[in-house]
Amino acid sequence: MNYNWDWGVLLQEPYFDWLVSGFSWTITVSLVAWVLAFSLGSIVGILRTTDSKFLRAIGTGYVEFFRNIPLLVQMFLWYFVFPELLPESAGMWVKRGMPMPEFTTAAICLGLYTASRVGEQVRAGILAVGIGQRNAGLAMGLTPAQVYRFVLVPVSYRIIIPPLTSEFLTIFKNSSLALTIGVLELTAQARQIEEYTFQGFEAFTAATLLYICVTSIVMLIMRVVEGKAAIPGMISLGAK
Amino acid sequence: MIELRNVSKWFGDFQVLNDCSTKVAKGEVVVVCGPSGSGKSTLIKCVNGLEPFQKGSIEVDGTSVGAKDTNLPELRSHIGMVFQNFELFPHIKVIGNITLAQLKVLQRDEKQAGEKAHALLERVGLLDQADKYPAQLSGGQQQRVAIARALAMDPIAMLFDEPTSALDPEMINEVLDVMVELANDGMTMMVVTHEMGFARKVADRVIFMDEGRIEEDCTKDDFFGTPRGARAQVFLSKILQH
Amino acid sequence: MLGNFDWKVVTDNIPFLWQGMQITLLLTVIAILGGIFLGTLLALSRLSGFKPLSFVAGTYVNFFRSMPLILVIFWFYFLVPLLLGRPVGGFYSVLIAFVLFEAAYYCEIIRAGIQSVREGQVHSGQALGFTYAQNMRYIVLPQAFRNMIPILLTQAIILFQDTSLVYVVGVKDFLVSADLIANRENRVLEMFTIAAAVYFVLCLSGSLFIKRLQRNYVQ
Repeated sequence: MNYNWDWGVLLQEPYFDWLVSGFSWTITVSLVAWVLAFSLGSIVGILRTTDSKFLRAIGTGYVEFFRNIPLLVQMFLWYFVFPELLPESAGMWVKRGMPMPEFTTAAICLGLYTASRVGEQVRAGILAVGIGQRNAGLAMGLTPAQVYRFVLVPVSYRIIIPPLTSEFLTIFKNSSLALTIGVLELTAQARQIEEYTFQGFEAFTAATLLYICVTSIVMLIMRVVEGKAAIPGMISLGAK
Repeated sequence: MIELRNVSKWFGDFQVLNDCSTKVAKGEVVVVCGPSGSGKSTLIKCVNGLEPFQKGSIEVDGTSVGAKDTNLPELRSHIGMVFQNFELFPHIKVIGNITLAQLKVLQRDEKQAGEKAHALLERVGLLDQADKYPAQLSGGQQQRVAIARALAMDPIAMLFDEPTSALDPEMINEVLDVMVELANDGMTMMVVTHEMGFARKVADRVIFMDEGRIEEDCTKDDFFGTPRGARAQVFLSKILQH
Repeated sequence: MLGNFDWKVVTDNIPFLWQGMQITLLLTVIAILGGIFLGTLLALSRLSGFKPLSFVAGTYVNFFRSMPLILVIFWFYFLVPLLLGRPVGGFYSVLIAFVLFEAAYYCEIIRAGIQSVREGQVHSGQALGFTYAQNMRYIVLPQAFRNMIPILLTQAIILFQDTSLVYVVGVKDFLVSADLIANRENRVLEMFTIAAAVYFVLCLSGSLFIKRLQRNYVQ
């Protein structure tokens, strides 16, 4: 192997700035997408556990649609195809007019896609709490909405803290797909440094370490959160 | 108080309840027994509308359970129910389990609900456990809390769905004692159970179910005294043998 | 707007798209087989009582699971020619990247599958005098893989979708073929819609098949 090591390149201008800016975009895309994925995913998941056939079908349709098309293709659909389907002026606005079109498109696309995965976790959590708890709530005269509010949701979200954590990490990793529509996030910047300097080893190592760091920190934090949220006396249902 | 007329129910093609009719009068204690899969749990869950049924009618205190315009939450708030697996809410302390529906359904204030909860915990002998979480209690204690939780709503009748079958043998009596006391106080009760000792002690009537049908519906003395139908005989000999 | 949808650009290019799809399928199948093989070795290593081995396997898995697939693809696109000292083309680089990356995910699935076999089964095998290897071969792994079939198939669908990421290094799979036509003929709307529809139909059929399989299992 013939390779000229030069770790110093990472600290040179402008490459250091590229890494910092790429890292910030990665974090920003992930967080914005997560807010959308978590809220929409909760609604989708809850819909899929209701008694109404119609609402369940909406939830199921959403999940099946978003999880059976590759995320990259969805990215292209939102970025290239969606504006074409709108009336001309609206399409132009989506393409050029709205603030940071690439970033916005990437975050929304990632959020909508991950909502289908979050929805599955929420549904699984609520079903794990069980029909018995639902019946107990109803038997006391709580309305179905109150049963969700006071029983099913508080218990199930505690159970699904570990899978939700891994969904967040999935969003974090999938945010790299934003580079395909031109968001210069961490992976894109590492690639760009490689192309400019031919120091691919250093650039990719830096990006890899940053991804591993964030993953480790998130997992540590969530372990603490899980401990705090644990119900005394209960063996954590989600502990696997 | 509770009246079932020709109730039938299917799960898909499978008929779980077949033309069931019976009555529970005010202050009466009715024990429902039968082999597993006989439909007795399904029957009692039909009474407060937890299980829908396709044919027949059920009236509780003059309200039709199956009717479309019935306000089920309102109806259920007058009927207490105790479940086989306790079904206390695991994320809420014992005291909160007893106050939750008082606050959210009956709109009582915190003080009123708390006093009621404490009084009932004292009655079931668990006042010192108020601030624990359900999973920190033994099965027998959890079931007594569940009874207190149901009583907190001042129910006009109580439904028990196999309240002792998930319990270790040494804990069964502490729960049955509470139920006997309740029966002696004149509570209207419908109890699905295999505890024939309990039936002998406090039941007014015994219903025997098999394959979705009510096979026997008679007074306690008739049920245990005179010879009944073949199926009930076999069932009784099996559970009374040991 | 579907009125001016140009079907001709699609039908004219079916042979070209099919070529791309063959690359996609080839990549998927090799990555599944390689991933399961390596993943099984990793899972057995993770579960082995020999600490250094389970540590190495665990580190491998956590390392790959913390990284975006795109970054892994870039890594190997850069590394493989460097290590071999000559250009080998994008396909072989991404193939290696996919096998190594997916192995980490298969490892976790297989590990959970092995752990789903009840301890009593292991004990009864041991009581019959089986060695560790015999026990794994005849008792544990057959039951484990049977339990895992739905998850393995689901992972196969995910992998099939993931192969579209070879786009970032320009390997001519199905999506890149569609993209090439889209740009050449200036038919972005048609080509991406068709690409999405093809993926959707294939993946949905796959997941419906898995659901039916699971239902038959339960019965």
